[in-house]
Amino acid sequence: MNIYSAISSNKYKTWAIMLLFVLVITTVVYVFSKALGYGIGFAGIALILAGVTSIGSYFYSDKIVLATSGASEIQKSDNPELFRVVENLCIGDGLPMPKIYIINDDSPNAFATGRDPKHSIVCVTTGILSILDKSELEGVIAHELSHVKNFDIRLMGIVAVLVGFIAIAANLFTQQLWWGGRDRDRNNNAQGIFLIIGIVLAILSPIAATLIQLAISRKREFLADASGALLTRYPEGLASALEKLNNDPRTLKSASNATAHLFIVNPFKGKETKQWFTSLFDTHPPIEERIKVLRSM
Amino acid sequence: MNSTIIIIAVIVVLGVALWFLYNSIIVAKMRVSEAFSQIDVQLKRRADLIPNLVETVKGYAKHEKEVFEKVTEARASLVSAKGPQEKADANNQLSQTLKSIFAVAEAYPDLKASQNFIELQQEVSDTEDKIAYSRQFYNSNVLDYNTKLKVFPNVIFAKLLNFQDAEFFGATDEDRQPVKVSF
Repeated sequence: MNIYSAISSNKYKTWAIMLLFVLVITTVVYVFSKALGYGIGFAGIALILAGVTSIGSYFYSDKIVLATSGASEIQKSDNPELFRVVENLCIGDGLPMPKIYIINDDSPNAFATGRDPKHSIVCVTTGILSILDKSELEGVIAHELSHVKNFDIRLMGIVAVLVGFIAIAANLFTQQLWWGGRDRDRNNNAQGIFLIIGIVLAILSPIAATLIQLAISRKREFLADASGALLTRYPEGLASALEKLNNDPRTLKSASNATAHLFIVNPFKGKETKQWFTSLFDTHPPIEERIKVLRSM
Repeated sequence: MNSTIIIIAVIVVLGVALWFLYNSIIVAKMRVSEAFSQIDVQLKRRADLIPNLVETVKGYAKHEKEVFEKVTEARASLVSAKGPQEKADANNQLSQTLKSIFAVAEAYPDLKASQNFIELQQEVSDTEDKIAYSRQFYNSNVLDYNTKLKVFPNVIFAKLLNFQDAEFFGATDEDRQPVKVSF
């Protein structure tokens, strides 16, 4: 996979995922309204809602992702060193200057989002700024800019919102199922509906997770590592940055299952906080393997 | 009758193929000149920093006339240089003389401590980084363009229309210093 095939496959996958989301939601609602004897109107409403969500996520996924991550925009005067690093690498890659966001968290991590290079955002945590030196930071930023250039950001942002939406809902309703089950005095009718929705979403959730796996292939991280190294001409910078990120035990509080795949390293650090379906969302190849590949360049 | 249709079809197909080929070469050429103007912007930025730097250093080290003259001279030749090769040479020349001005500064602790000087020094090194990166971008575009002119069947067409190879923006060995990639 080179950069040009990566760009076109990302654009095509974006449309495929948006369409699939609308189809799945509408089909599920249609089947249920048929089974429960309601009219076809519900399916129509679902179609419109899913369509709006899908198109909305195309334009606003970056804002949703940034808001859920608790990131805030900074100006050049706030951190000139960081801006210089980004500016330089953008010049080297022929990219327009992205907006820069900061997450106030000690856990070192970074991600990029947006719908195309002209509307792109690079986001880093305060933790990563404090533990990396300049060449390591350049490696990380170059990795993120490769995601921007490849249009990974568009696909990953939409996946985060659409598939994450299903995963979060599944999480919510399966919890409801467990807790609700103990409470016998509850209104039986409401519980029945929760049960049904819960079961449906519980079935949908692994499918959604598989979709993420399909879309966010592990090759993506390797490709971004490689083209990032090509940009800085210094693979060791990114390799030693990844080593530092890997050795840091702090997890990023504001990351969720839906946004985990955006980050340069898994924000959960593979901790025991994993729920049963979180393991399905292992979108990052092992860091040791990435470092090995970078060091062999 | 049948053969005329075939001939016309062949001409049309060839014409369309040439049309796309020509456009792709032109696009590559535009990218090269666009990338070159990026370098130019950074070179100009660098040239603009020099008078300021010279004035600041002069304030502390008046009698280092020779160094100032050399730097001013190198700056003038960079400003008047034309074409990638000449500009690259002038830029390298300026880098050399700038080293001597920073070497001079080492001998004047007051100068080294001056806020103005520290900021200028940062600006200069940042501009150098930016020149390096814009050169990298330019050279990769040149490589792209030159390859386009060399591959078959473009090579015949490019020769016919007299397309010339673009020049690389030269880098000295020293410029490549931080790039220590061990294979």
